[in-house]
Amino acid sequence: MSALTLPDVLFLGVAAFTVITAMGVAFSRNIVYSAFSLMGTFMSVAALYVFLAADFVAVVQVLIYVGGILILILFAVMLTHRIADVSISNRSVGRLPALGIAIVIGVLMTTAVRRGGWHQVEVAPATPTTAQIGDLFLTHYLLPFELASVVLLAALIGAAFLSRKELKDI
Amino acid sequence: MIGLNGFLIVSLIVFVLGLYCVLTRRNAIGILMGVELILNSANINYLAFARYSAGTYDGQIFALFVIMLAAAEAVIGLAIVLGIYQTFHTIDVEATETLRG
Repeated sequence: MSALTLPDVLFLGVAAFTVITAMGVAFSRNIVYSAFSLMGTFMSVAALYVFLAADFVAVVQVLIYVGGILILILFAVMLTHRIADVSISNRSVGRLPALGIAIVIGVLMTTAVRRGGWHQVEVAPATPTTAQIGDLFLTHYLLPFELASVVLLAALIGAAFLSRKELKDI
Repeated sequence: MIGLNGFLIVSLIVFVLGLYCVLTRRNAIGILMGVELILNSANINYLAFARYSAGTYDGQIFALFVIMLAAAEAVIGLAIVLGIYQTFHTIDVEATETLRG
């Protein structure tokens, strides 16, 4: 066992925080606690992205997940009632079969990770990535980028259509 | 000492927890939270392989697309959940079984 350096300790801390908050999401009996645990998971996953030298993706993660999706989830939680009632708000059934499936898949994937023999390259020093990502989006990935804007427009119109009030008797 | 395997293990644990969340929750919003966990674990894998295995930016681009699609999915999913709530006055997915044969 080699000595732990400061980045290793930081990584272990962030990884432990990620796992603990994700367990909070999966096992909490109150959906509001689950939602706030989810915020911790998103933040610590953003920290993991920083460890992976992906600064732009980390900022996007904080902006979109924590600033957008999580607020949306909290709105939906608050707009549907009987939240305060713990036994109703986050019921979970079929725990044993689900646990079995999760453990089987977990063991399979652990074996895959251990025996993978992944191709690895020399890790380049971390540099700012924003300019290169912007270049790629406007050259090699231009078509997916434009398609993404169409998808977002469709999602916007679809959500507004789904959640509007019905106009009656016109 | 932190290598590819460390990130893969973290993402694996997050994926399994998300899967368990999706399988056991009966609250539609809880299921959506599990889906978000699974998408996050996939993103960790993309970025880990982009750094340790490819050395290019393609993985990061893919992660950005995944984040974009997750946002669209969350918006549509929660709009549907609110629509279900207006119709059935509950978001328990076992209570909304009108289409069951």
